Amino acid sequence: MTNGWSWIRIATILVYLFLFAPVVVVILLAFNANQFGSFPIEGFSLRWFNSLLHNDAIVRAFKTSLLLGALTSAISTTIGTMAAVAMVRYDFPGKKAISSLLIAPILIPEVVLAVALLLFLQFLELPKSFGLLLMGHVVFTLPFVLLVVQARLVSIRRDVEEAAMSLGATPIQTFFEITLPLMLPAVMAGMLFSFTISFDDITGTLFWKPGGVETVPTQIFAMLRNSISPEINALGAVMVIFTVALPLIATAIARHMSAQRMKAKTQN
Amino acid sequence: MAADIASAQKRAPWILLSPSLTTIGLLLVIPMMFIVVYSFWLRTATGADQVGFYVDNWQEVLSDVFYRDILFQTLKIALYTTVICAFVGYIPAYFVANTKMRSKTLLLLMLMLPFWISYIIRTMSWINILGTSGALNGLLLWAGIIDSPLNMLYNQTTVVLGLVHYLLPFMILNVYVSLEGIDKNLTEAAESLGCNGFQAFREVTLPLSFPGLAAGSLLCFVLAAGTYITPLILGGPRDAMFANLVYEAIITQLNWPLGSALSLVLLAFLGGLVVIYTRYLGVDQIAKSFR
Repeated sequence: MTNGWSWIRIATILVYLFLFAPVVVVILLAFNANQFGSFPIEGFSLRWFNSLLHNDAIVRAFKTSLLLGALTSAISTTIGTMAAVAMVRYDFPGKKAISSLLIAPILIPEVVLAVALLLFLQFLELPKSFGLLLMGHVVFTLPFVLLVVQARLVSIRRDVEEAAMSLGATPIQTFFEITLPLMLPAVMAGMLFSFTISFDDITGTLFWKPGGVETVPTQIFAMLRNSISPEINALGAVMVIFTVALPLIATAIARHMSAQRMKAKTQN
Repeated sequence: MAADIASAQKRAPWILLSPSLTTIGLLLVIPMMFIVVYSFWLRTATGADQVGFYVDNWQEVLSDVFYRDILFQTLKIALYTTVICAFVGYIPAYFVANTKMRSKTLLLLMLMLPFWISYIIRTMSWINILGTSGALNGLLLWAGIIDSPLNMLYNQTTVVLGLVHYLLPFMILNVYVSLEGIDKNLTEAAESLGCNGFQAFREVTLPLSFPGLAAGSLLCFVLAAGTYITPLILGGPRDAMFANLVYEAIITQLNWPLGSALSLVLLAFLGGLVVIYTRYLGVDQIAKSFR
């Protein structure tokens, strides 16, 4: 048994290596001074990051991605949270069917979703635009927000809300004073989740983006057509830092704040 | 007064649901119905769409060997990817679920990390590893095992490799969730009744983790079969998958009726799988990994 377990441990380490080694290589190469950006690594340099900053196309793509991600996550999280509250707190006819309908975008291949939305809007003579990108991103991030918020909402106890209502709070007051603060971690998680999904998406984005507009992933994709350059690795490194470090820092801050609040409360 | 509250209670969920239902209805349900109609239209030589009921696109898609071969190739690649993910992913899931190490939280967090790292970065990272000036060739040249760099990229194997790398976390997470939910007393009971460790695993743990394995497999298969980015980045010119055909038809050839028919074929295969799955296992298992 012990022997079998140590094999499992070794295999686990190998799988983790498989998952992370290629990404680590991207980050290492991004700091490589070698002019072809390949092995061997000849020294530490920030030149590729510097050239990113001076590449207008990349800076523009970055701004587009940020704006798109922020708007997507604001809209998705708002309407997704509302739907999650309805699903967890109320009983109504057709609940199961509606639940399946709302998570349908996960179950339908993204390519098909992309084609359907694109062709429908073309048929309505609405040209490809930033608005189309935004609509597309909202549709396929919505189910993720719904699932994440719903999962956490289940664990918030109902009796706290009932207590507030029995003390005279209106349902709306109860929502803003009791439910929302308790739900906040879930809502934040939904926001971060939808932001990263939108920020990383390429499958749908390539269909929906108007000519001349690039997001960071489509920009990387376009650059890959030439050849792999150290600039791509640097851009990749920036993206990894952006989508990994940001959520981690946000989680840490949220934990710190709630710990502070707990402390303040116990002192009172 | 009481009636007012009761009717407000009745209306409230619909008010809360209306924005998302409108969004899904307008941007998903209607467009999906629309492409069904569109697939019966015809792209004429002038580039305009002939409205009507033509079966030409469907005839082409369903009878042309070219499309059939690529469909089979796509399903084959997705199947390889899924099977490899199941075998490779089960082990770390089992380890994390059963470890008594204090670093369990860290290991779990690391399992979530790949989800935060962009798919295109993870895919293109293999060019740095396997490319002619990549890490592996560099290592082999340095060790003197080879004299000139090997061509390891741009074939079906690298497509499967890229897909496994992309989808493995989905499998691990789903299996982990179901393993974590197994009552540890059950395996102990099996062992006290005379099973050895492996028998207890085979008779108790493995069957009980089946729902997670099935959910992970469904996700892997559907996501693998629906991709067109991985073959574009890591595949050669002959490694196109079915979604590449859709992309070609819609974006390059601008033959939208044909593109509609092609996407519906893809949807029929993958949607069919999802329907069979939810019929027997329900959609809840997939939702569990979000907790």
